[in-house]
Amino acid sequence: MSASVIAQYVMNGAMLGMMYALVAVGFTLFFGVLDIIQFSHGDVVAAGAFAGLAAWTLLTAAGVAAPAVLLLAVVLSAIAVTALLGAVVARFIVLPVKGAPQLNVLLVTLMAGTVLRECLRLFYPGGSQPKLFPALLPTSGWDIGGFHLRFDNVILLVSGALLIAGTHLIITRSRLGLAIRAVAQDEETARTMGIDFRRVVLVTFALGSALAAFAGVIDGLYYNEVFFGMGLLLGVIGFAAAILGGLGNLYGAIVGGFLFAALQTIGAVALPFASAYKDVFAFGVVILLMAIRPTGLIGERASERV
Amino acid sequence: MRSRAIAALFTALVTAYAWLLLRAESQGAIAALILVGIAAGILAMRTQLLRPVARSLGSNERFAQGLAFAAVVVIALALRDDDFALLLLTRVLIVIVACLGLNVQFGYAGVVNFAGASFFGVGGYTAAVLASSARLPHLLVLLAGGVTAALAGTVLLLPILRTRGHYAALITIAFALLFRTFLEVNDALGGPQGLKLGEMRIGPLRFNDPISAGPFEGSFYLRYIAVALVLVALAFAVVQRLDRSWVGVALDTVRLDEIAAASFGMDIARWKIAAFTVGNFIIGVAGALSAFMIGFIAPNNYSFAESLIFVSILLLGGIGSAWGLSLATAIVILLPEKFQIIQEYRFLMFAALVVLTLLFRPVGLVPRPLRRLVGPPLS
Repeated sequence: MSASVIAQYVMNGAMLGMMYALVAVGFTLFFGVLDIIQFSHGDVVAAGAFAGLAAWTLLTAAGVAAPAVLLLAVVLSAIAVTALLGAVVARFIVLPVKGAPQLNVLLVTLMAGTVLRECLRLFYPGGSQPKLFPALLPTSGWDIGGFHLRFDNVILLVSGALLIAGTHLIITRSRLGLAIRAVAQDEETARTMGIDFRRVVLVTFALGSALAAFAGVIDGLYYNEVFFGMGLLLGVIGFAAAILGGLGNLYGAIVGGFLFAALQTIGAVALPFASAYKDVFAFGVVILLMAIRPTGLIGERASERV
Repeated sequence: MRSRAIAALFTALVTAYAWLLLRAESQGAIAALILVGIAAGILAMRTQLLRPVARSLGSNERFAQGLAFAAVVVIALALRDDDFALLLLTRVLIVIVACLGLNVQFGYAGVVNFAGASFFGVGGYTAAVLASSARLPHLLVLLAGGVTAALAGTVLLLPILRTRGHYAALITIAFALLFRTFLEVNDALGGPQGLKLGEMRIGPLRFNDPISAGPFEGSFYLRYIAVALVLVALAFAVVQRLDRSWVGVALDTVRLDEIAAASFGMDIARWKIAAFTVGNFIIGVAGALSAFMIGFIAPNNYSFAESLIFVSILLLGGIGSAWGLSLATAIVILLPEKFQIIQEYRFLMFAALVVLTLLFRPVGLVPRPLRRLVGPPLS
């Protein structure tokens, strides 16, 4: 195998890893503040990608052709829609069942995700078929010894990294981040210290969902296609990545995302049948990893209190 | 005596309603019937009118089961030449069996399984492969469907035992997605086109010939209904015996508090394995019969969305409640098939219904009654 082919695989893995990491960070943030898993997170991602697509369709219909404007509109509408969706899910689906058995929380978010997914399929024009996503970034690039490094991939990777870094800054440096960390550590104490618990939860859900929206847009721009069911795959793998890195751990989620992408890429290279069985392999890895390290590689946040 | 009369009257009413709904053709009539049903349901809940019925059914369990059995037979005979209505009725019975299996896992032991349709599919594909390649008696093929489903479940046992709650849910979701994509890319099992099955035979009986015995003539579906009804009766018997016995108490303990169960010396892993395997076996048998009845199976029938429909049935009926899930199955299967306008929207509708149920009435339509092992039943 030549170096250029290897570089291509590495690039592909890096893009996948960035998407998984962005989704996984959301799972980890939600788990941090509420100790729950938001199973509709993946479908919120898909909704974000479709919101971006809708913005592009509307603007091109209105005669806007400048790629920069279109790109900005796609990203902003995706982020705005998912941030809102995330907050709505938190307010009306998750918070009302906060004290209920864990199973109910799991079911209610899973079914809410199904509602979202089915809404995309049924109500987005032509939503039951895969939709073409526009290529808005320059596809030219540098040729490095036979390997074609495309500008769009670089831009997506860098902006994804910047977003994660920005989230990290918010969590560690801002007053809001302090509030989020306080709630994650001890909800009751945080409340008595005057932190508006409900607001922190809503903002965290909006933040995590907005990050995931960017993963949805990357997915659309990279594969030039979006599909109503895409959130299921991204959600399951993102969750697995978050667990792999240890739930509640921001760095763990990022590491988990890239690790999972690496496994998937190596699997695709090493196993001859893996290309046809690409998704089968990915889900198989999820199941296997859970069997081997059910609490993640980096270790769980706290042991169960009896 | 009087309480038995109440139960019989109630069953007669429900039977008549089901018969009307199954044979109704025009969408207007069906819509009217559905509205009447919803109105009756709301009225019954508001006025507590069903209290005496529930009490009499609860205190005469055997009698109630006999009534339900008779009701299905009466409906099937009344509709004997209506192929579509009988197909729907059989489908309801088969899904009841599958959901009873899922109930052992979900409702009793608390082992989450979001791959119900996948195990249903394992049963179906086993039936398709065995019926075309091996000369096994078809009743054994049904059993084999259950055994393979149980075996397929053992793949998930280790990860499920090592995890709990959300993590275990993720594993079964991953399996459901894996199973469907596997079927689609695997050419040996027909790929996306699926497989065809020949007719079912038991001894000299050929299931796809129309029935005619003297003056009596009926659709060939009557035979499938008979088999499905036997399966429902068996599954009901197993599940209710389980529930009544110390096994049921043990499973409840495992579900409600693993730590307490463990500190009382219970082997949690063993109970979970037992419940998961028994449940998958029942689901697999139902899947095999379903494949025979439809005569054709494809990956689309076993998607994650279908698994969620099974879970919706459990939750709408009232988790752990065998009667509740039977009622919910009838609603969830019949409604979209009869009322065609909502067919396309069924996943959306039932998912939304489950969300509402969980938010406002988490116990479901017919809550699971408290078990009373000694003395008269609770009213």
